[in-house]
Amino acid sequence: MEGRAVTYRADRLILAHFGVAFATFAVAIILGAWQMTVRSGLNPVFTSPEAYFASVTAHGTIMGYVMPTLFVMGFGYFVAVTSLDRPLPNTRLAWIGFWLIMAGVVMAMAPVLAGKATVLYTFYPPLTGSVFYYLGLVLVVVGSWFWIALMIWAMSDWKKDNPGKPVPLAMFGNVANAFLWLWTTAGVAAELLFQAIPASLGWTQTIDIGLARTLFAWTLHPIVYFWLLPAYIAFYTMAPRAAGGRLYSDMMGRLSFLLLVLYSLPVGMHHLFTDPEHGTGFKFLQMMLTALVTVPTLLTIFTIGASMEIVGRLRGGRGLFGWIGALPWDRPMVLATGLSFVLLGFGGFGGTINMSYGMNAMIHNTSWVTAHFHLIYGGSVVTMYFAIAYEFWPKLVGRQPLSLKPIRLQLWLWAIGIVVTTFPWHVLGLFGEPRRVATFDYANPAIAFWQPWTIVSMIGGYIMLAGGLLFVWNLVTLYRGPEADRQMHYAVALHPPQRVPSALNGFALCNWLLLFLMLMAYGYPIGQFFFIKDYPAPIHRVDLGG
Amino acid sequence: MNEQDIQKTERRWAAIVIVAVAIMLAVTGVSSFVMAMHPPSHVETTDPTTLGANKEFAENNLGASVNPDGSVTVRIIAAQFAFVPRCIPVPQGKPVTIRVTSPDVIHGFLIAGTNANTMVVPGYVSEIHTVFNEAGDHLMPCHEFCGLGHSEMWSLVRVIPQSEWRNDENGRASCDIPR
Ligand code: HEM
Ligand SMILES: [Cu+2]
Ligand SMILES: [Cu+2]
Repeated sequence: MEGRAVTYRADRLILAHFGVAFATFAVAIILGAWQMTVRSGLNPVFTSPEAYFASVTAHGTIMGYVMPTLFVMGFGYFVAVTSLDRPLPNTRLAWIGFWLIMAGVVMAMAPVLAGKATVLYTFYPPLTGSVFYYLGLVLVVVGSWFWIALMIWAMSDWKKDNPGKPVPLAMFGNVANAFLWLWTTAGVAAELLFQAIPASLGWTQTIDIGLARTLFAWTLHPIVYFWLLPAYIAFYTMAPRAAGGRLYSDMMGRLSFLLLVLYSLPVGMHHLFTDPEHGTGFKFLQMMLTALVTVPTLLTIFTIGASMEIVGRLRGGRGLFGWIGALPWDRPMVLATGLSFVLLGFGGFGGTINMSYGMNAMIHNTSWVTAHFHLIYGGSVVTMYFAIAYEFWPKLVGRQPLSLKPIRLQLWLWAIGIVVTTFPWHVLGLFGEPRRVATFDYANPAIAFWQPWTIVSMIGGYIMLAGGLLFVWNLVTLYRGPEADRQMHYAVALHPPQRVPSALNGFALCNWLLLFLMLMAYGYPIGQFFFIKDYPAPIHRVDLGG
Repeated sequence: MNEQDIQKTERRWAAIVIVAVAIMLAVTGVSSFVMAMHPPSHVETTDPTTLGANKEFAENNLGASVNPDGSVTVRIIAAQFAFVPRCIPVPQGKPVTIRVTSPDVIHGFLIAGTNANTMVVPGYVSEIHTVFNEAGDHLMPCHEFCGLGHSEMWSLVRVIPQSEWRNDENGRASCDIPR
């Protein structure tokens, strides 16, 4: 397949999205490392509950909403122009979306810094912060809806001009993510618009907490898959080519993307296993549905493993596992894929414990949970974001890296940092260390033995910080590198499909299935709040000191 | 490698995946039905604004009390930024029911080293059933962010051997039992 240049006036658009994503990311990891220092009992400067929880709110808001949303959008625009080889249907709309998000970020972060919105990124009504925080987040979401529209529009234009042809796999995954995001944001958007914002404007004095928590849980699980999909798209459409081979199977990619969308939405209630406002039956149903999310991941591991095995054997690798050593690990995308799989393995193990609703009670809301999501998200997903940026940035600015060494060092630092940070957190979680606690009284003999573990974890945090800052530095040095060509090549399947069934080439069936699954999973659990006798709780304003 | 080979290996792998997931589902399914491993989930509502006037959660009714059948019920209020009461005695080896609710914001409830773990949501009563098999103290932190004092919100659960257990004529016990 011919490579396609990133032209069509999308370069600056994509760089703007990536640039802000990674600039805010750099700020957030500094806050993360400082949080670790506070928890270790070493008393860095500014240690106070106000500062700690404002910092966690900022760190969570950036890592949860700002950085990934902008990254996924920039990624989507890049994939759209390069894989379809045509301009975006409307660049101006894309810029409008971007500037809405910029306005939203400023609007949301200002009250957080002023200590007027210390509600964490999960909000937790009846805690109620400054209205600007919520309005800012609404703008971020609304800005991202422009992206959704553009992705769907771009794909349907292409299909019209290429009747019967399979949509390029990267774009197919990308549009899957757009639909996923549309469904995902509905929950949190409803909570913000109908509950949090009216309360913080003083229009209502109480909030139905059960409903608010359920709407948030609706978003909280699939949002994770929204962050994850670019990593999966890179596994399928970039890693095999980076290794010098081909993708084992294009169909498996399509199937996995669809299953990720289908299975990630109707399962958010597993975040509410220990909540009192839902009965056992629906929790059980959603637990069972949650287990299915492992299916697309297992399929992916197989397909990517098989793609890589072929390369390894061609390069002379022998025996059952010899091909692994024969892979070109010096290439960033290959190394990142390997590290990402390892971290995904550790994180997935923790995840199956979280998912089993009996065992969940052992670790719910302890440091175990922080460990789990930093491994999966900070570890396996962000590692792929790095690799994707290393792949895309040179095409966007037309320059090659000076050397691959600092890139490899960076990926290793990050992966090691994640492991050193999260392993002690798992242990502490099993001992019952609660999450989101700023200071521990290590003078208490019952918890004194926690401190050494916390300090190890903090050291891991600083290793990650070093890795994260080196990443930013590596991008900066790109601007001094030798000229590079601006063609983007995606991995080609061993047997590129000529035609694919329409269910694997579009999203109509997927959306109908989703409607059905969501009604089944959430129909009663949300409906109940409108007909059982429940009591809304009075709001607690944190911005007015209440 | 031709297309048929690829499809054959893929089908085999898909079958392995389906079997693996089915086993996983069966294990969790069976353990939750047979061993009754359920999360706290009986949807019981209560008005958070009138907890003080609510007989069950009135101040003098909080803490541990022995029921006529010998089992123990513990009633707790989680409020910014303390649990009432701060120390909870429970007898070793007897079934204990914990009922907890909040008058203000969301809190978390965890007895470290056990499976007793629940969210405490204003407007709802969370109920946990458990048995403590070993004597000794357990930490009981608030595990959900509930405001700036969240880090200070800790209590204690004291598991007392049955031979040392004392309660008054109303079945009420406190942590001051001599040990
Ligand atoms: C230098 C790297 C990092 C360090 C040292 C770090 C550390 C921390 C700490 C200490 C907390 C607060 C935990 C608590 O109070 O319970 C936290 C929360 C969080 N972290 Fe990180 N983190 C890092 C990177 C990341 C990355 C890369 C992501 C995701 C992309 C991430 C996502 C989050 C989120 C969403 C929260 C909010 C959790 C909550 O509100 O409980 N972090 N992190
Ligand atoms: Cu609390
Ligand atoms: Cu708390």
